[in-house]
Amino acid sequence: MANVVTAAETLEEKLTQEIGYDDHFHEHHHGDKYQSNFITTYIFSTDHKIIARQFLITGMFWALIGAGMSIIFRLQLGFPEADLVWLQPLLGKWIQVNEAGIGKLDPEFYYALVTMHGTILVFFVLTAGLSGTFSNLLIPLQVGARDMASPLLNAFSYWFFFLSGLVMFISLFLSTGPFSGGWVAYPPLSALPQASDGSGAGMTLWIVSMSLFVVSVLLGGVNYITTVLNLRTKGMSMWRLPLTIWAFFITAIIALLSFPVLFSGLLLLTFDRSLGTSFYLSEIVVGGQILDRVGGSPILFQHLFWFLGHPEVYIIILPAMGIVSEVLSVHARKPIFGYRAMVFSILAIAFLSFIVWAHHMFMSGVNPFISNFFVIFTLIIAVPSAVKVFNWISTIYGSNFRFNAASLFGIGFVSMFISGGLTGIFLGNSAIDIQLHDTYFVVAHFHIVMGIAAFFGMFAGIYHWFPKMFGRFMNETLGKIHFWGTMVGAYLIFWPMHYTGMAGVPRRYYSIENFDSFRHFVGLNKFITVAAIVVFFLQIVFVINFFYSMWKGRKQTVKNPWGATTLEWTTPIEPGHGNWPGNIPAVQRWAYDYNKDDREFVPQYVPLAEHEHDHGH
Amino acid sequence: MTTLIIIICVILLMVVLVQIARVTELTAVIKGEREVLRDNSLWNGWLSLIFLVLFLIGVFISSWNYRNLMLGYGPLQSASEHGSVLDSLFNVTLIFTGIVFVLTHIALFWFAYKYRYQEGRKARFMAHDTRLEMIWTAIPAVVMTVLVVRGLNAWNTVMADIKEGEDYIEIEATGQQFNWMIRYPGPDGKLGARDYTLTTAGNQLGQDFTDPKNWDDFIPSQEFYLPVGKKVRVRITAKDVLHNFYLPHFRVKMDAVPGMPTYFVFTPVKTTTEFRNDLRPYEEYNTPYDPADPNGPKRWEKFEYELACAELCGKGHYSMKRIFKVVSQEEYDAWLKTQESFYLTQVRGKADDPNAGKDLGIESEKVQEAAADTTAAQAPAVL
Repeated sequence: MANVVTAAETLEEKLTQEIGYDDHFHEHHHGDKYQSNFITTYIFSTDHKIIARQFLITGMFWALIGAGMSIIFRLQLGFPEADLVWLQPLLGKWIQVNEAGIGKLDPEFYYALVTMHGTILVFFVLTAGLSGTFSNLLIPLQVGARDMASPLLNAFSYWFFFLSGLVMFISLFLSTGPFSGGWVAYPPLSALPQASDGSGAGMTLWIVSMSLFVVSVLLGGVNYITTVLNLRTKGMSMWRLPLTIWAFFITAIIALLSFPVLFSGLLLLTFDRSLGTSFYLSEIVVGGQILDRVGGSPILFQHLFWFLGHPEVYIIILPAMGIVSEVLSVHARKPIFGYRAMVFSILAIAFLSFIVWAHHMFMSGVNPFISNFFVIFTLIIAVPSAVKVFNWISTIYGSNFRFNAASLFGIGFVSMFISGGLTGIFLGNSAIDIQLHDTYFVVAHFHIVMGIAAFFGMFAGIYHWFPKMFGRFMNETLGKIHFWGTMVGAYLIFWPMHYTGMAGVPRRYYSIENFDSFRHFVGLNKFITVAAIVVFFLQIVFVINFFYSMWKGRKQTVKNPWGATTLEWTTPIEPGHGNWPGNIPAVQRWAYDYNKDDREFVPQYVPLAEHEHDHGH
Repeated sequence: MTTLIIIICVILLMVVLVQIARVTELTAVIKGEREVLRDNSLWNGWLSLIFLVLFLIGVFISSWNYRNLMLGYGPLQSASEHGSVLDSLFNVTLIFTGIVFVLTHIALFWFAYKYRYQEGRKARFMAHDTRLEMIWTAIPAVVMTVLVVRGLNAWNTVMADIKEGEDYIEIEATGQQFNWMIRYPGPDGKLGARDYTLTTAGNQLGQDFTDPKNWDDFIPSQEFYLPVGKKVRVRITAKDVLHNFYLPHFRVKMDAVPGMPTYFVFTPVKTTTEFRNDLRPYEEYNTPYDPADPNGPKRWEKFEYELACAELCGKGHYSMKRIFKVVSQEEYDAWLKTQESFYLTQVRGKADDPNAGKDLGIESEKVQEAAADTTAAQAPAVL
């Protein structure tokens, strides 16, 4: 294999010079006036590779905070009798000490933690941290562009995300606590400070933070779409794009169409909160006070929220799907099975994602007749999803599968996507949803299918492209410990939740002991909490591995260590601003020529031989 | 001191991990890249197989273990008429998805093991196979069609409102932070009108007492009775924020929305006593109800139909429990007789009675006496 790589490198240089795309980059490249010192290089950088790393590390920071919050509320849930006084230095007044000297998590703060956990993981980690990182890193590198279409907007995108995070972080320290009405922020609870402490200043900051986040997503999305459409190198037709790019491209379109709707929903909510309007409020008596608000409907907010909220889950999972398609294909040494079917299924899922939102609202009081349409469209999504799963499995079939941390997380992703996707067939059917809505079955479903699965896609991407980001490899042994531990642990956390859900235990319960019908699951709750703590510490292994490898990991010595076909591996080991020092390679074929004829792999810049079938046509 | 020990432990753990990383990097260099890849692939191929086997066994054993605690299995059969339709739909879906789950997992991990990296093995160049792809697009499409048709049939039947001329009882459930209030229509069978602006401490539901339908409505404070075999229409409302009227044993769930009444229609088919007797043979329900009192009543003896809230409504969300008792028609009628009109016992003759001075022709003697006693002494109720 090593020989192949060296041979390709010389061939690559020759081809790039001869038939590569010459944009006269070197002629006006007298040093880099935009990145002359530490601050402009590493902090306010406009280089997409630095911005990608900023998104990644910020995302990791938030992932640790969000996961840490889940550990705290799981402790309360799993060990309701335990003394949590030791958390007082961290949580202060939110630990209530009773007469017996036993410290308990304040219920209001329990719900605040649940809310923050959801918001942080969904938006800051799995949207910004996942899509932000890999769209930024891979779009210019894989389509053959010097940078994003607008590097400055790209930098703004990160800094708006940073600001959004900062505002949310500040809200954690309010005396009334952060917002505590669930990540979906349903009014009237989120509109009335009288109904919940967290709906006061906490909710105001939540809205400000989410609005800044919408700006970040839109700036990023416009850039991703423009770059994919306009900055592809010579020969890179749409059908020659790697599936990662297809996924990021479609994700950006979904985000661009759905996030503004969240913003409009939040704007109306702000009017209700501050200006006395009644978009979402009607006939309310709260805390003995009769409000003079009539005519609004809380269900309107739910429509606006889920018009973003449902596409949002595809904004999370599509990039993970793209990454896994690429990683599995590279390490299986086989073309991805059914490339076009993969693209069409992404398109189908993206289209359907806009007409299924009300399946979150079957039991919310909408007209039951309307639900008929949403059931049909929701269950149709199972078809493109099934096609994708079969194609991933077929990619492994007949391969020469290289097991490493990246490809293992790819397999783990497929397993999680199957397990979590299948439970979606129950929930999407409104009749079954009567029983399962807002129970732990839902918690199990979405944590597996978009939480764990998206994390696995992200991990696969990090292990795979770490050399491209830092010029070093992550440690494989720690990576495998991380994978197997997380794979087993994640199932131990979330699988039992199916059973509690099927027993009817509602989600978002501070304690299940009030109900005779539910309290026999106290033991299972303990088990889940212990599993969650173990899995949390396994993620620390990942973080240590990440930072250790960044400075001390095995150095990358060849440009294309995985023997991949895509363009990012034709850049220097530590690519500078502009990515390629000379010409940009011109693309001659699709991205999946592995083990074609007698060649182990054929990079995209190698011209087609005579009579060779072009799959990217 | 404990903090110090914890910090030291964490630092030691980090050092251990970093050392593992360094040692494995070194051995990898000594062994060479190819050998590492071969060893890795062999090891992880086997781990994939082991994981597959343990995972599938674990799934079957654990679901068997919890079978008598999950709704729709063992003794927890639906206590309502429509519930069994939903349960069977659940199980049909479970069979379809179960087959797919097992087969795809076997394929995924078995292929990963079978086609693990081996020196000299050449991966097959298979870009696509139109016929195969057609087949596996068509099969899920057909299965989904079956599930959609069955599901929508069930859905539209369950969600249908009362038809004209049907015999039913209407009750009203109102969610507020953090309890449920249940209102019964009284002998006239009709719930009286409400206006939220009339809400006071003495008139929590804002009933409009100029509406004669309100005069006989009653609001029990403890347990709520329902007769077995009779259709119940629950009118669901909320006073402050969203709540959700959730009766797990009846497969009943519907949001309570301020300003927009919703409803759910169901027919209880098992009395509380019958349900208890169904639980009796099962080991899980023969443990003491109160673990501190091993000789006290068993769990099945204390079983009740519980009402819960299933829509986050604030810090007391988890505590909105109420109990419904399903009884025979005779017991229900007897219970009805013991219930007294809210208006006549709490409002009539008091200072805020909107019908003060009017003869409504409905008062029992007892009420009239009570009213005469207290007319002068009543202070107006505070909001």
